[in-house]
Amino acid sequence: MTLDSKIPPGPLDKKWTTFKNNAKIVSPANKRKFDLIIVGSGLAGASAAATLAEQGYNVKCFCYQDSPRRAHSIAAQGGINAAKNYQNDGDSVYRLFYDTIKGGDFRAREANVHRLAEVSTSIIDQCVAQGVPFAREYGGLLDNRSFGGAQVSRTFYARGQTGQQLLLGAYSGLSHQIATGAVKMFPKTEMLDLVVVDGHAKGIVVRDLKTGEISTHAADAVLLCSGGYGNVFYLSTNARGCNVSATFRAYKRGALFANPCYTQIHPTCIPVSGDYQSKLTLMSESLRNDGRIWVPKRKEDCAKEPASIPEADRDYFLERKYPSYGNLAPRDISSRSAKEVCDEGRGVGPGGLGVYLDFADAIKRLGQKTIEERYGNLFEMYQNITGENAYERPMRIYPAVHYTMGGLWVDYNLMSNIPGLHVLGEANFSDHGANRLGASALMQGLADGYFVIPYTLGEYLTTQFGKKVDPKHPAFEKTLQESKARVQKLIDIKGTKPVDEFHRRLGLLIWDYCGMARSSEGLKEAIGKIQQLRAEFWSDLKLLGTPDGINMELERAGRVADFLEFGELMCLDALVRDESCGGHFRTEHQTPEGEALRNDQDFAFVSAWQYTGDGNLPNLVKEPLVYEQVKLATRSYK
Amino acid sequence: MNFHLKVWRQKDTNAPGTLEEYEAENIPAGASFLEMLDIVNAGLTRKNIEPIQFDSDCREGICGTCSLTINGIPHGKGRGTTCQLYMRKFQDGETITIEPFRADAFPVQRDLVTNRSAFDRVIQAGGYISERTGSAPDANSVPISKVIADQAMDAAACIGCGACAAACPNGSAMLFVSAKVTHLGLLPQGKPEKNRRVLSMVRQMDEEGFGNCSNYYACEAVCPAGVPAAFIGRMNREFTAASVKEMLGMSV
Repeated sequence: MTLDSKIPPGPLDKKWTTFKNNAKIVSPANKRKFDLIIVGSGLAGASAAATLAEQGYNVKCFCYQDSPRRAHSIAAQGGINAAKNYQNDGDSVYRLFYDTIKGGDFRAREANVHRLAEVSTSIIDQCVAQGVPFAREYGGLLDNRSFGGAQVSRTFYARGQTGQQLLLGAYSGLSHQIATGAVKMFPKTEMLDLVVVDGHAKGIVVRDLKTGEISTHAADAVLLCSGGYGNVFYLSTNARGCNVSATFRAYKRGALFANPCYTQIHPTCIPVSGDYQSKLTLMSESLRNDGRIWVPKRKEDCAKEPASIPEADRDYFLERKYPSYGNLAPRDISSRSAKEVCDEGRGVGPGGLGVYLDFADAIKRLGQKTIEERYGNLFEMYQNITGENAYERPMRIYPAVHYTMGGLWVDYNLMSNIPGLHVLGEANFSDHGANRLGASALMQGLADGYFVIPYTLGEYLTTQFGKKVDPKHPAFEKTLQESKARVQKLIDIKGTKPVDEFHRRLGLLIWDYCGMARSSEGLKEAIGKIQQLRAEFWSDLKLLGTPDGINMELERAGRVADFLEFGELMCLDALVRDESCGGHFRTEHQTPEGEALRNDQDFAFVSAWQYTGDGNLPNLVKEPLVYEQVKLATRSYK
Repeated sequence: MNFHLKVWRQKDTNAPGTLEEYEAENIPAGASFLEMLDIVNAGLTRKNIEPIQFDSDCREGICGTCSLTINGIPHGKGRGTTCQLYMRKFQDGETITIEPFRADAFPVQRDLVTNRSAFDRVIQAGGYISERTGSAPDANSVPISKVIADQAMDAAACIGCGACAAACPNGSAMLFVSAKVTHLGLLPQGKPEKNRRVLSMVRQMDEEGFGNCSNYYACEAVCPAGVPAAFIGRMNREFTAASVKEMLGMSV
């Protein structure tokens, strides 16, 4: 199998323009004839649904939450990048593009990333027009802050709630289209499978989470905007409901899953406090603008009150190791450095798994009021969870899983290898390589939904005139029956252990063996253990109640069943990628200083995995990463 | 810590509900309220009792999904969502009563899960600025004073959880509706549709069965996003002005 990424010809900075000039357009009269299914209502899903409906398509949008406004994009705190250069500090489309490629450790597709940087500026215009209340300066113009991995201030923000405001903006557009009847919204409805008819994605199977009814929906194209798979770790900053099922079911129907081992561990989260914990809470990376990260130089000082430790006995390890970026080093590097100092026994707080994020200097410099204005809600949140006041005592932070760069493989048009199946936002793999820069997830979600898919969808739809699928095609009934059987199978196990227990154990395995540091030996061990755990799940899961009506344990069981298969794929990908890059750190491959050691000679490719049946090893398909513009370089933030 | 729980159990919207009693044992003080319920649910499953169904998602106070009335107060004591309530705030051995958010417009679906889609329909009635993707002018072309932008943000911070309506003796959603009316009405981008917006949102709110405001301020007291009740007065002024224009036959 070979993959065609369909990258337009011409110089990098002209590709998107060339594409748009030659794009196949569906006329307004024909748009009415096409039905689209959108799974997910986060930034990517809601923006795509609103925009495509406004253009005239008939859209059905599905989300598992009780309202589209609750998708997990809402939890993003820090901001959204755009190459506006409002600060006159040297930013440009090229610089945003290069920072993103470099931040991704040269494992992203050049043309997609350049397009992302190009459309970034329109996103800000669009959001302001929608009424997103971005932070402003006294003169009334937009304010910016800086973020990890960049030396310019290009991040737009709305207090510590940027994701919420951007999502509510997209949700308002979506609501408008629901009111006009152009979008039919299905909240509390979860996708169970993809319906493939003659090789094309033509529908989905869904379960109504209120009534338990399982049904099919047909369409001319399917857009998966279902987010990432961070919850394979059980403990992550993702919402409880975030899951891999939509993309993993598509994988099992033939879509290639790309780079599943690329996961992002965010450096600034509140440390784990006990095994009852159900999720980890992120403290926005923007805090690193003003907070300084340190641990005591000596192990003996770790238990002391931080204020009593003199300057000379503190190790500001990011500032020491990366003087030019300091506390704003990219996420993978910052996370790994925190792990290193904790592994050396210099961590602080319970279990020694924490480092200080200290605002004393910033408060002295700017005053508490300014810090309160910038981060007030984060300080409050921290106090509520830990019972500590971060204005007086440094925060304790530790890395946690936050985002997944891997996802379904897509070409330049955001279409997977299954014709008709498009994948947007975190659910696809294309823009962040092996590590994502802060404030870029929101940018990508909205870029895909507002400004990319409305142009690229025509490439597929124009081949589908007069080919409307028959909802009575046997593929629909067959897939429906398979989904029903799977639900029944979960109910029929009648074992002894509740579903969360399996999820928690899977999470620990993945964190230990496929987390911040990975090794060949460990990954092989993990694969065996995951297989055992999966067998135990299918023989000893205990689910009560019926499949009719609300049954949240059943919902979770279906998702965990997929995670138990997906976790193995992730470890396999990590094992085969025998190099270190970005968030994927193989202990066998590091420089003498402990930095990730890439191997461009052998691994400058996208690993796309093809399902070949249960119990069989999936097939690895490689898309070579060809860099026309940038020179592959060792990432340095020193 | 140990707690004695009284939990609302209800099979579906039409079935009668009852308060069932359960023990929550060995709960860490650092657990959140929802984590306490997770622990209780795991225990119930082991004892062949169907787990308590309750909504939650982000568990960091922003998505607005969690919605429990704890000892009579939506989201329980303290400012914040149910998921941000920690067990250390309770007394060891305390009896805790847990009910769903209660309002006429929020029917119970099962146990502690309610249907809050009425809020979505109120937003669909006009809680947006009609603009076409791609047609926006440059973001800095219209300066907005920081004071106005900050005030709009105060209103936009609403998480749509519904605690305001659940706390109100009238089951009024005016805090929720006024937050959106204020957020969009303050900004220059939202001005062109100001009158239509307030009229149709308020009418939809009435149609959904939400009550009226009679100045209890219970909404403001429980709002996890700190949305001030002063916005209700602002909405009333906007509504009155728009209604008068409409009555006089002026176009809105």
